Amino acid sequence: MGSFFHRRKGLVPYLLLSPGLAWLAIFFIVPLAYLGYQSLKSGIFPTYEFTWEFSNYTEAVSDYHPQLVRSFVYAGIATVACLVLAYPLVYWIAFRAGRWRNLFLLAIVAPFFVTYLIRTLAWLNILADEGPVVGLLQWTHVLGEDERLLATTFAVIAGITYNFLPFMALPIYVSLEQIEPRLLEAAKDLYASPVQAFLRVTLPLSAPGIVAGTLLTFIPAAGDFINAELLGTPKQQMIGNVIQAKFLESLDYPTAASLSFILMAAILVAVLAYARVVGSEKLTG
Amino acid sequence: MVETSTATADVTLESVVKRFDDTVAVDGISLEVPHGAFFALLGPSGCGKTTTLRMIGGFEEPTEGRIMLGDEDVVGLPPYKRDVNTVFQSYALFPHMTIAENVSFGLERRKVARSELKGRVREILELVGLGQFGSRKPRQLSGGQQQRVALARALVNHPRVLLLDEPLGALDLKLRKQMQLELKRIQHEVGITFVHVTHDQEEAMTMADTIAVMNRGRIEQLGPPQDLYEQPGTAFVAGFLGVSNLLPGVIEGPNAVRLDDGTIVSAHVSGRSGAVAVGVRPEKIAIGPAGDPAIGAARGSNVLAGTVSETAYIGVATEVVVETQLGVVHVFAQNIDSGRTIPPPRSSVTLTWSPESTFVVDRDDSAD
Repeated sequence: MGSFFHRRKGLVPYLLLSPGLAWLAIFFIVPLAYLGYQSLKSGIFPTYEFTWEFSNYTEAVSDYHPQLVRSFVYAGIATVACLVLAYPLVYWIAFRAGRWRNLFLLAIVAPFFVTYLIRTLAWLNILADEGPVVGLLQWTHVLGEDERLLATTFAVIAGITYNFLPFMALPIYVSLEQIEPRLLEAAKDLYASPVQAFLRVTLPLSAPGIVAGTLLTFIPAAGDFINAELLGTPKQQMIGNVIQAKFLESLDYPTAASLSFILMAAILVAVLAYARVVGSEKLTG
Repeated sequence: MVETSTATADVTLESVVKRFDDTVAVDGISLEVPHGAFFALLGPSGCGKTTTLRMIGGFEEPTEGRIMLGDEDVVGLPPYKRDVNTVFQSYALFPHMTIAENVSFGLERRKVARSELKGRVREILELVGLGQFGSRKPRQLSGGQQQRVALARALVNHPRVLLLDEPLGALDLKLRKQMQLELKRIQHEVGITFVHVTHDQEEAMTMADTIAVMNRGRIEQLGPPQDLYEQPGTAFVAGFLGVSNLLPGVIEGPNAVRLDDGTIVSAHVSGRSGAVAVGVRPEKIAIGPAGDPAIGAARGSNVLAGTVSETAYIGVATEVVVETQLGVVHVFAQNIDSGRTIPPPRSSVTLTWSPESTFVVDRDDSAD
């Protein structure tokens, strides 16, 4: 055995790759191909037939483009909100929290110990009409007497922001934590004020973390349906809700499958456009 | 020292103390660095030399005392408002910027005009021998090249004082030797005051014109390398700068010490009394067979008897380890005649050295 590997060193990388490749083939490529096959069928449940029905795509876009656009808008706003919330938070943890760092990091990840669904259900209570948040906002006249938070666009975006915050926070933390403190001292030594040192050194060096964090937040957020389902109304429906309903409720597999592909393609285009803007170097670190 | 005029000094420290919680890192340091000096803070790790440098740079604030740059008291002033630049131990080059961008960082912050900036960056990169490397990234350069960039990045700003924190520590021996002379050349060329922190006595002696030897947060002795070596003021300095033989004795008169075996040696006792240690450098000692009339003939020489326990030929000299009643004495005998006259092991020898090469320090139990 040993001598076999010795003689055929070129094989080793492929042998190491093969379990992963097999996994990808069985659980990603094959289902994706099947999904593509489904998306080109026509007919009525349960007798769909494969007919190269490309009109499924055009119809899906014309019927559901509001939800598609809304998904991207919500995911975009939530991603920006995550960035604005997470950056100062992990900046503080990385540079100021000292020996409490790990405790605060644990606190960021702690919500993951609870299921996604339960976490989002908790927001039902937090944003409830009789809840303390609405009470406080009404008392301070930020909200009117009969205004509410639940079942609004705000609630859905807030839910997405909350649920994806750790995906933004952790990559940024990692990139900040790797910055050598001496570099900031060097910047100040070279006459940079704290603000200039941040803009010229800290921010550029944490850019890979920001890019990774925005992708990890934006991509799943664009396909999310739980937040819109639990915290919103049909007016806040996202593309994920449509796909879920088509698959599980109306059993309209061709439409659901073509919508899935449209979403995937749209995300891919968005990510590529983003990569062009920030430079592909930052995507790979 | 404190009342001396500071008009010409680029850096003045007055009774500077730095405490971190319970530990005293710097314990009352006063010194002056005149303009154009190459000043070294030398000492073992934990002696407070780096903390002292960081206080001059503005990265630490003194607990007590004053720090002056020229006539300006800079205590409380952040680093970016001080007219000093630092060459950091690990270089701290900005990895996301090119070499030219690194070097122009300080000039840009100071709003130097674009046209002037380019010329100055090119000029300083030429000075450190990296004229062709402006568009590279730091990671594409070797350690020695990165070190030069760090130097250029600091020097290009023409600071009043350049601070160097163990700048050659990460380089291999050969490169370090080369950079020592290079740094000295550059300092002569730019005429900027250098304050250099190191734990390497040879490095300090090669480069600096004034050395402050630090130990436990205090300055043990301050002066030109030659003075520190020839006339160390304390057992610590004698031991830290090169090899020295310390022989226990008691002051006997204004110019005489009675060693613990009864031998009387002449030396400048400079006002000391009681128990002391008499020091002599290994290369100052002449060695010869016991009873050889040629040895010790020079009148007034200090003489000590012993037995050779070991010899080691090291090229430029032969190290002879001699057992005496006062302990082991190291002798570096010049190999003028290929080392053939070096007494062999177990032979009885006489050691002689002149009173001028003899120094007296307080007996220090903590020194070995």
